[in-house]
Amino acid sequence: MDLDLKPEYKEFRDKVLNLLEDARPNAPSMVDKGLKHPKRLEWQKWLIENGLAARTIPEEYGGYGATPDLLKSRIIAEAFAKTKLPGPLANQGISMLVPTLLELGTEEQKQSYIKPTLHGEMVWCQGYSEPGSGSDLASLSTSAEIDGDDYVINGQKIWTSTARQADMIFCLVRTEKDAPKHKGISYLLFSMESPGIEIRPLVDMTGEANFNEVFFTDVRVPRSSVVSGPGEGWKVANATLTHERGMLGDPNATKARFLAIVDIMKEETIDGQRLIDNPVFRDRLVSLQARVYAMQANGMRVTTCMLKKESPGIAGLIVKLVGCELNHELARLAIDAMGEIGVLYGKGKYLRDFGEWQAKYMYDLGLIIGGGTAQIQKNIISERGLGMPREPKPAV
Amino acid sequence: MEFALSEDQRLLQDSVVRVLGDVASLDNIRLAVDDVSKAESIEVALESLGVLQLIAPEDQGGLGLGLLDASLVQQAHGNFVASSRMLSTVMAIEMLKNSQKASLVSDIVNGKIRIAIGLSESTGARRDAGIYNIFGELNGKTLFSFDVLGATHILIADNDKNVHLIDLSSNFVSVSELDTIDRTRKFHEVVLASCPENPIEDTNLNGAILAGRLLLAADSLGVCETMLKRSVEYSLERKQFNRIIGSFQAVKHLCAEMVAKLEPARALVWHSAHAVDTDSEDSDVLVCLAKSHLSEVGTFIARTAIEVHGGMGFTDLLGLHYWFKRIGVNRQLLGSPENLREEAAKLQNWN
Repeated sequence: MDLDLKPEYKEFRDKVLNLLEDARPNAPSMVDKGLKHPKRLEWQKWLIENGLAARTIPEEYGGYGATPDLLKSRIIAEAFAKTKLPGPLANQGISMLVPTLLELGTEEQKQSYIKPTLHGEMVWCQGYSEPGSGSDLASLSTSAEIDGDDYVINGQKIWTSTARQADMIFCLVRTEKDAPKHKGISYLLFSMESPGIEIRPLVDMTGEANFNEVFFTDVRVPRSSVVSGPGEGWKVANATLTHERGMLGDPNATKARFLAIVDIMKEETIDGQRLIDNPVFRDRLVSLQARVYAMQANGMRVTTCMLKKESPGIAGLIVKLVGCELNHELARLAIDAMGEIGVLYGKGKYLRDFGEWQAKYMYDLGLIIGGGTAQIQKNIISERGLGMPREPKPAV
Repeated sequence: MEFALSEDQRLLQDSVVRVLGDVASLDNIRLAVDDVSKAESIEVALESLGVLQLIAPEDQGGLGLGLLDASLVQQAHGNFVASSRMLSTVMAIEMLKNSQKASLVSDIVNGKIRIAIGLSESTGARRDAGIYNIFGELNGKTLFSFDVLGATHILIADNDKNVHLIDLSSNFVSVSELDTIDRTRKFHEVVLASCPENPIEDTNLNGAILAGRLLLAADSLGVCETMLKRSVEYSLERKQFNRIIGSFQAVKHLCAEMVAKLEPARALVWHSAHAVDTDSEDSDVLVCLAKSHLSEVGTFIARTAIEVHGGMGFTDLLGLHYWFKRIGVNRQLLGSPENLREEAAKLQNWN
C-alpha cells in the first residue's frame, strides 16, 4: 500500500496543473453551446496536442501517442477536477467507438474515422436499443439484407442520443435472419445523411429531447462498412459496452459532485442557518461522503489491478451499478438541501446552477436504466462475480 | 501508487484464517460461548500467531507491524466470529507507546500484564456511567469494557479524559458481566469505589479510540464476508420449485446488492487503515467514515444474509445468528453510526 506519487509523477502533476492554468483564458464556457462550437473544437485540439486528451491513441490516428500509464491518466483527470476546467470531449464516438475500432477495426476504418472523431469534427451516435429490444438487446430485429455491394437496412432504433447532431452512426443490425440470436448480428458504420433515415426527437422527463428514435427505410450502406465481419456484431458490441460501463461510474466525477454539494450546503440557508450546520442534513451528507470515499478507494483498487494487468474482479463489476445510484442520491441531497428553491426549473431569478440539480436527478435515473439496467447489472454481478447460475429459459 | 495488499499482508491474513479454520469451527464457537476453557483455546491459538505482539514496536519486543496489518487479522477474527485479546491489546499499545509508561508495552508483549479497556464513556457516556476523580479517588463505573476476563489490569478514562491504569485484583474494583446479544465476546461493567487514582501522563486516548474503531470496522468486514459467502453457498444447495434458489433473480439480486456494498467498504477500510499508519491528516475523518459505513453495510448484509437463508437463517441450527449479533454489537461500540458521522462532520468544521 503506497498512495504517494513518485517524484516523476509529482513533476508530471505540477506540469499538467501549470499547463491548464496557463490555458484557462482559452477554455470554452457554459455559454459556448453546440457540439461543434469552434471554441470547443479548438480546446480539444489543444488538449490532444498537449497530451491531455486522446493521450494513448497512436499519433497516426490523430492521438497524442503516449504509452499507456494509468497513473498519468488519473493525474490528468484529477487536474481537470481541481482546476474545474472543461475536460476532453467524452462523447460516445470517443469513449465507445474509438476503442472498439482500435481493437477490431480495419486499417481503413481506423484511418478514416478515428482522427476526426477525436477532434470532435465527426460526431457519432449509437444504434443499439430498439423498442422491442432493451435489456434483451440480442433480440434486435432491424434488418440488413445484402443487395449487390450494399446492405439495405430497415427497422427502428431508440434511445439514440445526439442522433440529430451526429454525422455517423455505429449500429447493430441483423444480417443473418436464421442464425441463433447472438450470431446473426453485425456492427455497421454509416452516415446519418444516408437517404431513408428519419429522426424523431424523444422528449424525456427532463423536458429535453436528450434521446431520439431513428427510423430506417431501405437505407443503403456499402458492405465494407461492417466492423470485424458479418455475424460478429455481438462480440463487437460487448467490447463497446465494457467501455460505456467504465464511463458511467467514474468515481472522480462522483467526488466532484460531492464537493459541489458541500459548497451548496455552505451557501444555502434556512432561517438564517447554513444547511451544513443542520444536523439532519449534515448526517445525510456524511453518510454519502462515506460511500463516495469508499467508491474512490474502490477506484484506486481497480486502477492498481489494471496497472498490474490483473483482473479487478467484483470490484470492477459493481462500478456502474453503485456509481450511478450514488450520483443519483447525491443529486437528491442537493435538491433537498435547497428545499423549495430546489424545485425551481427552467428559468427564473432564484434558480441555482441553471437548475442543473433537478436535471441531473432526472437524467441520472435514466443512467441507472441505460447502459444495462441496474437489474441487468445485478445479474452480471451475481453470475460473473459470485458464480450464481443464469435464470433458466422458460419452457416454450 | 499502489492500492493493494502486499504479498506479506495476504500471507498474514491467510495464516490467521487457516488457524481459525482449524480451531474456530462453528461447533467450537458454540462450545466457547458457554465454556471459558474452550474460548481460551481459541485465544491461545491466535496468540501463538503473535496477535498480541503485532503492532508493538520492534525495540519493545513487538513485530512492528501497522494497523492495516492488524485490521486484516481482526477481519479474519470476524470471518469466524472468533475472539482474542487483540482489540484491547492494540488499543492499549496505541495508548501507551508514547506515554510516560511506555515500558508497559514490553510487559504487554511478553505477557507479564494483560490489559482490559474501559473507554466506552470517552466516546459517549450512557446514563449513570462515568468515572469521577475526586481528590485523587476514582468513583463510578465504566460499561462495556473489553477483554476483562483474564486481564490483570484495565485502562480506564475518567470523565476528564485522564487515563488510569487500574489493577483489577484491587479491593476498590468490582467487575460484573454484561449479557449482550453477542455471546462470542464478553463485555463487563467495572465499578470503582474510592479507588486511588493512577494516571499515566501523555497517553494517546484519541489514537487508542481510532485504532479500536478501525479494528471494529475490520471485524465487521470479516463478519460480512462470511455471511455473504454462506448465503451464496446456501442458495446453490437449497431447492424450491424444483430449482436451486440461487437461480432466482430475486435471490441473485440480494446477493449482488450485498457484494456491491461489501467491496467498496473493504477498500474504505484499507484506505482508512493506511491513513492512520501514515499519519495522514484526514485519518480521523476516514476512520469515523469507515466505522460508521461498515456498521451500515454490516446491518444490511446481516439481515439480507438471514433472508437469503429463509426460515433456516432464523434458527439456531445454522448459527448464522452469531454473525448477525456480532454486527449488531460492533455497530454500537466506540460510537454508533450517527455519533461517528456527527464526529466526522465536526472534524471537518461542519457544525
